[in-house]
Amino acid sequence: MSANVNTSLPLEYQTEQSRMNILGFWIFLGAEIVLFATLFSVYGVLYKNYAGGPTHQDIFMIKEVMIQTVLLLTSSFTMGVAIWEMRRNNKKGLIGWFILTLLLGAGFLFMEINEFIHYVHEGATMQTSAFLSSLFVLLGTHGAHVTFGIFWATMVIIQIAKRGLTPVTARKTFIIGLYWHFLDVVWIFIFTFVYLKGMVL
Amino acid sequence: MGIKWDEILITGDPIILGSQIAILLTTLGIIGGLTYLKKWTWLWREWITTVDHKRIGIMYIVAAVLMFFRGGMDGLMMKAQTSRPEMSFLDAQHYNEVFTAHGVIMILFMAMPFLIGLMNVVIPLQIGARDVAFPQLNALSFWLFFSGAMLFNIAFVVGGAPDAGWTSYFPLAGKEFSPGIGNNYYAISLQIAGLGTLMTGINFIVTILKMRTKGMTLMRMPMFTWTTLITSVIIVAAFPIFTVALALMTFDRLYGTHFFTVAAGGSDMLWANLFWLWGHPEVYIVILPAFGMFSEIISTFSRKQLYGYKSMVVSIVAIAVLSMLVWVHHFYTMGSGALVNSFFSITTMMIAVPTGVKMFNWLFTMRKGRIKMTTAMLWSLAFVPNFVIGGVTGVMLAMGAADYQYHNTLFLVAHFHYVLIPGVVFAVFAGLYYWWPKMFGFMLNEKLGKWHFWLFVIGFNVTFMPMFFLGLNGAVRRAYTFSAESGFAPLFLLSAIGSVILAAGFAVFCYNIYWSIRYADRNISSDPWDARTLEWATASPVQHYNFAKLPEVKSLDAFWYMKKDNEGLTLKDEEIEEIHMPSNSGLPFLMCVAFGIVGFFLIFEWHLLAAISAVLIIAGLIYRSFDYNDGYHIHKDEIKKTEGAWRKMEGKVNNHVS
Repeated sequence: MSANVNTSLPLEYQTEQSRMNILGFWIFLGAEIVLFATLFSVYGVLYKNYAGGPTHQDIFMIKEVMIQTVLLLTSSFTMGVAIWEMRRNNKKGLIGWFILTLLLGAGFLFMEINEFIHYVHEGATMQTSAFLSSLFVLLGTHGAHVTFGIFWATMVIIQIAKRGLTPVTARKTFIIGLYWHFLDVVWIFIFTFVYLKGMVL
Repeated sequence: MGIKWDEILITGDPIILGSQIAILLTTLGIIGGLTYLKKWTWLWREWITTVDHKRIGIMYIVAAVLMFFRGGMDGLMMKAQTSRPEMSFLDAQHYNEVFTAHGVIMILFMAMPFLIGLMNVVIPLQIGARDVAFPQLNALSFWLFFSGAMLFNIAFVVGGAPDAGWTSYFPLAGKEFSPGIGNNYYAISLQIAGLGTLMTGINFIVTILKMRTKGMTLMRMPMFTWTTLITSVIIVAAFPIFTVALALMTFDRLYGTHFFTVAAGGSDMLWANLFWLWGHPEVYIVILPAFGMFSEIISTFSRKQLYGYKSMVVSIVAIAVLSMLVWVHHFYTMGSGALVNSFFSITTMMIAVPTGVKMFNWLFTMRKGRIKMTTAMLWSLAFVPNFVIGGVTGVMLAMGAADYQYHNTLFLVAHFHYVLIPGVVFAVFAGLYYWWPKMFGFMLNEKLGKWHFWLFVIGFNVTFMPMFFLGLNGAVRRAYTFSAESGFAPLFLLSAIGSVILAAGFAVFCYNIYWSIRYADRNISSDPWDARTLEWATASPVQHYNFAKLPEVKSLDAFWYMKKDNEGLTLKDEEIEEIHMPSNSGLPFLMCVAFGIVGFFLIFEWHLLAAISAVLIIAGLIYRSFDYNDGYHIHKDEIKKTEGAWRKMEGKVNNHVS
C-alpha cells in the first residue's frame, strides 16, 4: 500500500494511504456538516423561545463579535499561506504561518470565552431558556472544535519540527488545513444566522 | 459529588438478583477458563489487538449473537408477562425497562453489529482488497461499539435501566419525569457506540471507492458491496443527527438545559423529529446490507446472474434518498396538518416502488434457475413472502389518515417485526450459513440448520401474526397487561406460544454452532457453494493477507467467469511479491476502556471523575498522533508456503454443492 509513491503529485497526495486518508477526512467533514446543520436547525426552531429571559438584542456585543470574526477569518488566510509554504517545501515558513494561525485561533477563543462570561453575568445562562440553550450549544460546539483543532495542530507542528516534511507530516498538515477552513465556513454561518439575524431581525 | 453508594447496585428484585448472580458466575467462569487454559496472551495477541478485518468481523458477530440472546430473553419476558390477563410476573416499571432494553439492544447492538460484522468479513474480499482503508480505525469502531454495548447492558444491574422506550420520547425521558440515572445510560452508551458506527461508515466508503481490485468498475461490484456502499453513505448522513440529539438529551438531563423540556420554551416534539430523522434512515441502514446478502445468496443458489442488476442499483440509491424524506410518518398524530401528513404519506408509499422492483428482481433471478435448497437459500426464500407482509402493512400504516387508528397499537409492532425479522434476522442467518465456511473453514450443519430454519420461521409467524389482529382490535403497545374482559387473551397466549417456538429455533442455532465446531468436516473446498464472487477465490479460512495476487475482474460475477474460463485461478511463483500489512495495536481496546470509564462516570453524573478520566481519551489520541508504526512486510517464502498448503489440497476436498 505505502509502497507505490507517485512523486509527480504534491507531497501530501503521494502515497495511496495518504490519498485515502484525505478522502476519508472529506467524508468526515460531510458528517460534520450534517452535525452543524442539525445544530443550526435546532437553533432555528428554538431561537425565539426566550421564556421571559434575555433576547438577542439584550446580550449580543457586536463589536466583540466583529473582532472574533476578523481573527478567525484571518486565521483561515494564514492557514492557506502555511499550506502554500508547505507546497514550496519551506518548513520554516510552514511552521511560522501555522503558529500564527493557531495564535489567531487562540485569540478567537479567548474572545469567545469572554463573551460567554459576559452572557452569564447578564443572567443569560444555558439553563435560562431554550433560546439560550441552543445558542450556547451551537457556539460551544464550534468553540470546542477550535479548541480541539489547536491542540491537534500543536501535535502536528511538533512532528513537522522533529521529522521535517515527509509524505506523512504533509498529509497531516493538509488535513488540519481542511479542518480549519471548515470551521471558518461554519463561523460564517454562525455570524450570519445567529449574530446578524439576531441583531437585525 | 454526592455518591449514593447504596443506590449503585440494584437490589430487591428476584429476576435481577438472578441475573446478577449469573453475570458474576459467567465472568468468573470466563476469567477462570482463560487462566486455566493459559489463553490470555492468545486472546490479546490474536483477537483484542487485531486489525484484521476478518477477525474484527468475527468479533462483531460473536457480540451480536450474545446480544441476540440478551434481547431475546427480554422479548420472552414480555411474552410471558402478557401471556395471560393480569399477570404479575413483571410490574409496570420492570416491563418498561424490559421493552426499552429489547428495542435498543435488538436494533443497535444486535442487527447493526451482525451486519457490520458480515460486511467486515466479506466486503474487502469481494472487492479483491487486502484490508479496509483504515484497519486500526476499524478496530476502534468495533471497540467503541463494544464499549457502548457493555455500558448499556450493565444498566439493569448497576444504577437502573432506562425505561422510556427505545425512542426515549420527551418529556417522559427528561429529568422531570425520569429522575433516575437510567436514561443517562441511553444517552451516553448510544453516543459511544454511534461514534464507532460513524467511523465504520467513513471507512467503508473509502474502502469501496478506493480499494477495488483492477477491473472492478462500480457497475461490476457485487450487490452486497453496492448495498454496503450506500448504507455507509446513509450512516454518514444520518448518524451525526443522532449524535446531536443524544448530546442535547445529555445536556438536558445532566446540565439542566431546555431543548426538549416542557418548561422554558423547550420543544418535546423536536426530539421526536431529530430521533426519527436519524431513526428512519437507520431502518434502511439495517435493511440495505440485508438486501445485498439476499441478492448474493439467491444468485448463487439459483446459479444465475442477478436479474436486473442495474435496476437493483438504482433502487437502492432511490431507497437511500427517500429514507431521508419520510421521518414524520412515525408521528402523524403530532398534528402537523393534512398537507404535511400527505407529503410524508406519499414519500413513504414511494419507497414501496423501488422495494417492489427489488422483490421482482429476486423472483426473476430464481425463475428458470436450478435452485439449490441450502439453509441459506431457505432463509432467502422465506424472506420474500414474510417481508411482503411487512411491506404491505407498511403501506397501510403510511396512510396518514388511517394511521390515527393504528398508531401506538400492536398492529405497528407486528408490522415492524415483520419487516425487521424477515428483512434483517433472516438475512444475517442466511449470511452466516453462507459465509461461515469462508470464516472458519468448515460448514454449519445443514440438517440442524433446517431445524433452526423451520422452528424459527414458524415460531416467528405464530408470534407476530396474532399481533396484527390484536392491534386492529385496539391492543396498545407497551402496555404491561390487559384485562380478561378485553377478549385479547387467546391471541396473546398464541403469540406467547409462538415466541417459545421462536426461542427453540434460536437454541437449535446455538447448538448448531457448538456441534459444527466440534464435529463438522474440516476437509471442504474453499468454494463449497460453487459461488460467484471474489471472496470464494481464496482459501477458507482466509489467510491474513487475503490474496497472494490481487485478482483481476473482467465482468460481474468475476469468480464465476474465472472458473468458467479457467483464468486467473493459478498462482505462479514469480507472481508472488512481498505484501505490506498493518501492525496490530492495543490502542483501540484501551480507548474502549477509557470511553467506558468516562461514560460510566458521566452516566452517574460524577462530573469531576469524568473530567479527570477524560485525560485517558486525550492521552490515547496523542499517542495515536505520534504513532508512526508503518506495518510490516510478509516474506515471499511465507506466502509461498501458505498458498501451497491450500492450493494443493483443493483437488481432494469435499465439495458441498449437491
